[in-house]
Amino acid sequence: MELDSKCPSGPIETRWDRHKFELKLVSPANKRKYTIIVVGSGLAGASASATLAELGYNVKCYCYQDSPRRAHSIAAQGGINAAKNYQNDGDSVYRLFYDTIKGGDFRSRESNVYRLAQLSVDIIDHCVAQGIPFAREYGGVLANRSFGGALVSRTFYARGQTGQQLLLGAYQAMQRQIAAGRLTMFPRHEMLELVLVNGRARGIVTRNLIDGKIESHAADAVVLATGGYGNVYYLSTMAKGANATAIWRAYRKGAFFANPCFTQIHPTCIPVTGEYQSKLTLMSESLRNDGRIWVPLKKGDTRPPNQIPEEERDYYLERMYPAYGNLVPRDIASRAAKRVCDEGRGVGPTGYGVYLDFRDAIQRLGVNVIRERYGNLFEMYERLTGEDPYKVPMRIYPAIHYTMGGLWVDYNLMSTIPGLFVIGEANFSDHGANRLGASALMQGLADGYFIVPYTVGDYLASTKLEKVSTEQTEFRDAEREVAERIRRLLSVRGRRTVDSLHRELGKLLWEYCGMARNAQGLQYALKKIPELREEFWQNVIVPGTGEEFNQSLERALRVADFMELAELICYDALHRNESCGGHFREEYQTPDGEALRNDSEYAYVAAWEFTGVGNPPRLHKEPLVFEYAKPTERSYK
Amino acid sequence: MRIILHVWRQKNASEPGRMVRYEVNNVNPHMSFLEMLDVLNEELVQQGEDPIAFDHDCREGICGMCGFMINGRAHGPEPGTTVCQLHMRHFRDGDELWLEPFRARAFPLIRDLVVNRSAFDRLIAAGGYISVNAGSAPDANAIPVPKQAAEKAMDAAACIGCGACVAQCPNASAALFLGAKISHLGLLPQGQPERYQRVLKMVSQAALEGFGHCTNAGECEAVCPKRIKLEVIARMNRDYLVAAVKHLGVKEAVEAGVG
Repeated sequence: MELDSKCPSGPIETRWDRHKFELKLVSPANKRKYTIIVVGSGLAGASASATLAELGYNVKCYCYQDSPRRAHSIAAQGGINAAKNYQNDGDSVYRLFYDTIKGGDFRSRESNVYRLAQLSVDIIDHCVAQGIPFAREYGGVLANRSFGGALVSRTFYARGQTGQQLLLGAYQAMQRQIAAGRLTMFPRHEMLELVLVNGRARGIVTRNLIDGKIESHAADAVVLATGGYGNVYYLSTMAKGANATAIWRAYRKGAFFANPCFTQIHPTCIPVTGEYQSKLTLMSESLRNDGRIWVPLKKGDTRPPNQIPEEERDYYLERMYPAYGNLVPRDIASRAAKRVCDEGRGVGPTGYGVYLDFRDAIQRLGVNVIRERYGNLFEMYERLTGEDPYKVPMRIYPAIHYTMGGLWVDYNLMSTIPGLFVIGEANFSDHGANRLGASALMQGLADGYFIVPYTVGDYLASTKLEKVSTEQTEFRDAEREVAERIRRLLSVRGRRTVDSLHRELGKLLWEYCGMARNAQGLQYALKKIPELREEFWQNVIVPGTGEEFNQSLERALRVADFMELAELICYDALHRNESCGGHFREEYQTPDGEALRNDSEYAYVAAWEFTGVGNPPRLHKEPLVFEYAKPTERSYK
Repeated sequence: MRIILHVWRQKNASEPGRMVRYEVNNVNPHMSFLEMLDVLNEELVQQGEDPIAFDHDCREGICGMCGFMINGRAHGPEPGTTVCQLHMRHFRDGDELWLEPFRARAFPLIRDLVVNRSAFDRLIAAGGYISVNAGSAPDANAIPVPKQAAEKAMDAAACIGCGACVAQCPNASAALFLGAKISHLGLLPQGQPERYQRVLKMVSQAALEGFGHCTNAGECEAVCPKRIKLEVIARMNRDYLVAAVKHLGVKEAVEAGVG
């Protein structure tokens, strides 16, 4: 199958405008005759649901949480980028486009990224109009801060709760549409299967998490907005319930999965304390604006940080990357932390931690300014660790945070299954091999508010769709398949809990497909994962029944899919014989340890096709062409 | 550490529930409260018992999904903390704790410590938004917002909708939750056109959902994990009074019990 990205040609500045004009429209009177399913209610799902309903479509939205307001976008702390140039510091749509392409290590599509940068401006306008309480200057205008990977100040923020505020804005827009009768919300419903009729996405099968009922829902188009798959690593900064089941089920039905090995490790998380650890907590990257990262110069220096004199500290990011200093992109900051810890200079009880120190910023700006900027983050750190960051430096370590990979989509955000759209973190589209800070919120909202509402309309207007009913065989078969999967999980009655198997899978992936990878380790992981998957199906214990509120069963269904996805991630990481962004292959590095890209052989999107569980997936390549942002070595020195 | 738990177990809304005693040994003080329950649940599953059902998701105190009563206090003893961020170092070896679900008529029980808080969504649907469609906004800096107003709006907007305020209130009132949204939107210039309609619609929806009246007990503020202040309730009452007089007329407003 030939992958057609449907990217428009011509001058990049006008591509989206021209494309929008060419998209077909559905007449206002006909929109209500179409039903659109949206799965997930984070920034992408909520904004898409609300906007499609505003346009007059009949929308159904599903989420596993008890309310759409709880989706994990809510946990994004630092901010959202927009090329407003309100600071008069030389920002522009083109600069945001360029920074994003370079930040993604030249592994994303120019057309998509340019559109994203253009729409960033409209997002801020819309969010302000919705009543998002962004930070302001005394004159009443919007405030900005800097973020990793940029030399301009273009990040808009609402204290350390930007994701929460943006999500509540989209959630409130949804509630308005629910009251208007155009949107129906299905909370505590988990999508367990995608239904195709004549090769097109026409519905889903869900499990009602309260009573276990398996239900079919039909529609004219399906939009997946189910977020990333970072929880395959068990320990991550994701919400505990976040999972890959929706995109995995779509992959198994024929949607290609693109660049699964592009996973992002966030440099500033609170280090692991013990085996019982259930998740990792992120401290916003915005802290790197004022905090200085360091480790002791000497190996095994166990003195308390405040007793280590200035000349015996190694501010390694400032030393290695003088231009960007502590504000280098996430992948670079993470690998540098791993390197100094591997050298034996890490701090804290496990030796896997580095200091993030605010002493100098407090001296320079005063404690009140620091409190105003980061008060809630400091409070959170103290609550979790029992240490006061105003007095002792924070200890941080990298953790899995975001997945740039996801289902392959074309310029219209449609997957290789006609009628199946994928938006937000669930797709692969805009961040290449590494996402810059404050760009996830931007992408989720661009997709949901300003792209998919147009492109879904084009699909509906240009496609002849027959009537479907949930009574027909395609739906009945999918329901039976789901019921059978649940029956199998419940009937194993083995000896190992879902969590213990999931933790083992996570450790395997973190060890061999985490911050640094090599061919030998990946081959080992590819041998172990199928064994662990076998162990899962032979020895898992899932208590209770399928016809009740059963959180163990929910987890088992998600982990069963992670057991397959983990293998795909390793296949992708093994095939990509280069280092780029979040994918660092130890065999491919420069003499001073930086990632060594291979543009002549790997400047493409790797889109994988499912060929059956346990079989190697089939690779399809979408070549990446750079007409504007010419690939260069990604230097932050 | 060793902790003794008495946990409310109830299979579903129609079957009766009861307190069940559990002992958790080897509790690490760095664990969060929910991680302690995870460890207990792993043991229960190994023994072939049903694990304790509790809601949780982000585990970083922002999604608002978790929450139950610990010794009669929503989210437990630490102020300004959700139960997912409550760490065992705040308890002592041998402590005995009673865990119960949030109780309110508007929050029907689902299982064990899990309740249905969809009533909060319906309160927002009644008017907790600014009516603006995507695409119709002016430039973001077109309307200046005084820093102080933005800060105060943010204080109120920090609400995570967990329901602790309702659970702690002797009347199961949603006043703090309502006041937070009404203050957030009412403090901003963008929220002015619908300000008075909003308060009337949201307050009347709360009565329909079965939330009680506010009698200024102040319990809600004491347990709010985001430290939303009682002044949001005062602001809501003021807006409600103005709205009632404006829209109903003084006579009808007095008859409707305003003021």
